Amino acid sequence: MELELNGQQAYAYTGGKPFDAALPCVVFIHGAQNDHSVWGLQSRWFAHHGFAVLAVDLPGHGRSAGAPLPSIEALADWIELLLEKVGAGDTATPGKVTLVGHSMGSLTALECAARHPVRIARIALVGTAVPMPVSDALLGAARDNESKAISMINAWSHSPRGTIGGNTVPGMWLLGAARRLAERQPPGVLHNDLAACNAYTHGMEAAAALACPALIISGSRDMMTHPKAAAKLAAAIRDVRSVSLDGAGHDLMAEQPDAVLDALRGFIA
Amino acid sequence: MTYNFDTLALHAGQVPDERYGARATPIYLTTSFVFKDSDQAAALFNMERAGHVYSRISNPTNAVLEERIAALEGGVGAIAVASGQAALHLAIATLMGAGGHIVASRSLYGGSHNLLDYTLPRFGITTSFVDPRDLDAWRAAIRPETRLLFGETLGNPGLDVLNIPEVAALAHHHGLPLMVDSTFTTPWLMRPFDHGADLIFHSATKFLGGHGVAIGGLLVDGGSFDWDKSGKFPTLTEPYEGFHGMDFSEESTVAAFLLRARREGLRDFGACMSPMTAFQLLQGMETLPLRMARHIANTRQAVEHLTRSEAVASVGYPELEDHPDHALAQKLLPRGAGSVFSFNLKGGRAAGRKFIEALRVFSHLANVGDAKSLVIHPASTTHFRMSDAALVAAGIHPGTIRLSIGLEDAGDLLEDLNRGLAAAQKI
Repeated sequence: MELELNGQQAYAYTGGKPFDAALPCVVFIHGAQNDHSVWGLQSRWFAHHGFAVLAVDLPGHGRSAGAPLPSIEALADWIELLLEKVGAGDTATPGKVTLVGHSMGSLTALECAARHPVRIARIALVGTAVPMPVSDALLGAARDNESKAISMINAWSHSPRGTIGGNTVPGMWLLGAARRLAERQPPGVLHNDLAACNAYTHGMEAAAALACPALIISGSRDMMTHPKAAAKLAAAIRDVRSVSLDGAGHDLMAEQPDAVLDALRGFIA
Repeated sequence: MTYNFDTLALHAGQVPDERYGARATPIYLTTSFVFKDSDQAAALFNMERAGHVYSRISNPTNAVLEERIAALEGGVGAIAVASGQAALHLAIATLMGAGGHIVASRSLYGGSHNLLDYTLPRFGITTSFVDPRDLDAWRAAIRPETRLLFGETLGNPGLDVLNIPEVAALAHHHGLPLMVDSTFTTPWLMRPFDHGADLIFHSATKFLGGHGVAIGGLLVDGGSFDWDKSGKFPTLTEPYEGFHGMDFSEESTVAAFLLRARREGLRDFGACMSPMTAFQLLQGMETLPLRMARHIANTRQAVEHLTRSEAVASVGYPELEDHPDHALAQKLLPRGAGSVFSFNLKGGRAAGRKFIEALRVFSHLANVGDAKSLVIHPASTTHFRMSDAALVAAGIHPGTIRLSIGLEDAGDLLEDLNRGLAAAQKI
């Protein structure tokens, strides 16, 4: 599905079904240097089970044009603008939208729900930590040597099992696919995204102000957003449910797609 | 952390099974897989959940093999099929239909040439063959309806080294992918994706399996080619009514090709690999680094030995300075230029026959890439109907001998070659 936001072409995958604003809406928000395709299986399930799905390509990522947005706040406002544009959870039927975000997308979902609470029924934060500091080494590599930065992220984002393989999707090599997807994004996007995560410092205030229920899905072997950080975030949210996926790294949707889907189903459907 | 090549050759794609902890890859010799419930069945068919349904489409043992070759090649994934020929056909059928055109190196394995030159034209897909060393010829052969450039990493029979960086750049300039047959080199000698290739296929029958016991093919996707940007591949970028109206490039940014190839190609053409074969090939791939090192070491000794023989007119191996692609081989194949090569005996056909008949260790047969050393004399076997003049026109001398150097003791191999050379000199 293509539409225009802020004068730029934007894209959202609708899960293989036409988008219907009259249905409960689930918005999937990818992480740094990714696109909608990281949610392939989960978004497809919701689209075929009575939900209107928008798995977005954030500005400057995938099929969405324009420069990448420089802050989590700007990304949150962009999501709100998207919902307004498609008429999801509008004022006539408030509270129908679920935001599902991974990593940088989880910060975007949290901030969006805090800044624009009217449309949002619930949020699911996958592979999350607040704050989400990024090391100087990784930020520097993202600025000066993207290939090296992608290698660092690939090494840190996958569990010991994910690093060896045994992918749920037959024939797919997890590390190769993750690397190629990152390489598909234009130069500069990675540093922009990591800098935005690093600079988002008031996430705990947003969590404390959250008016809707939240689900936190963590991987027990996540080295990018450690489960302990996710637990601290959970403690700050009034209405929260936490799910830990045993053995999963940061790339949860690819490593354990069914477990992520089941956790989301239990929360949303 | 991530692992290096030799570790991936043993482990990639397989973790011990959760129920029994089997260390070796289990052979899932089953046609089909029981659904947990109706919802799971529907979700599997509609690609909402991942898993196996029917072994023509996917199988857990095959999936280990697919992941392993993808890991070794640095790709995003792979599909195991019945043979190298099936892999070539699957790639072409996924990319184009009637009206499609291929530009291919003229230095191809005979089976590939047959498919492209004789069989596919009946289905409306044509091929222009070019000198693989002539970049202008590649360029001139590209037409508006061209959908693929294709060559072998080491061509047949002269071991032309494909200039992958240059041919890939040309292909990409025209919005086209480059596919290479990497059978002779394996990822241990060269990883074509690192040099710009977009698709790779292997006859896994040869060095990957390595023991001459199983026939199979592997098709690997590098995941870098942008099918949408090209605009020439509606099979990947437009809704396909044959599978839920799926737009494969929208569904998967980096694996659209594999999705279509599996969901349509394996489903409809059905050239699947037996799980038993996948297991046998995996057994071979575990020792690929060790075997390739030995193949190359033995080959270098054989090449050097033959170049010094009075009975030999010439030896064609890219590591020799007089080979036309010597410099390119140094750049692209620093670990070695494979273990299949040809040399020309003085004395023509008769010398060739005598040479073959005197050998004891080399096996006289039509295959390459076995752990055992192999030999064939094209003028008295595969090309026996051709006149001497026709042979030369095809790049084959009446006294040409093709060797596939195996893993035996190098001294025994050289002694066997000496037996053949002595016999050839007696005519």
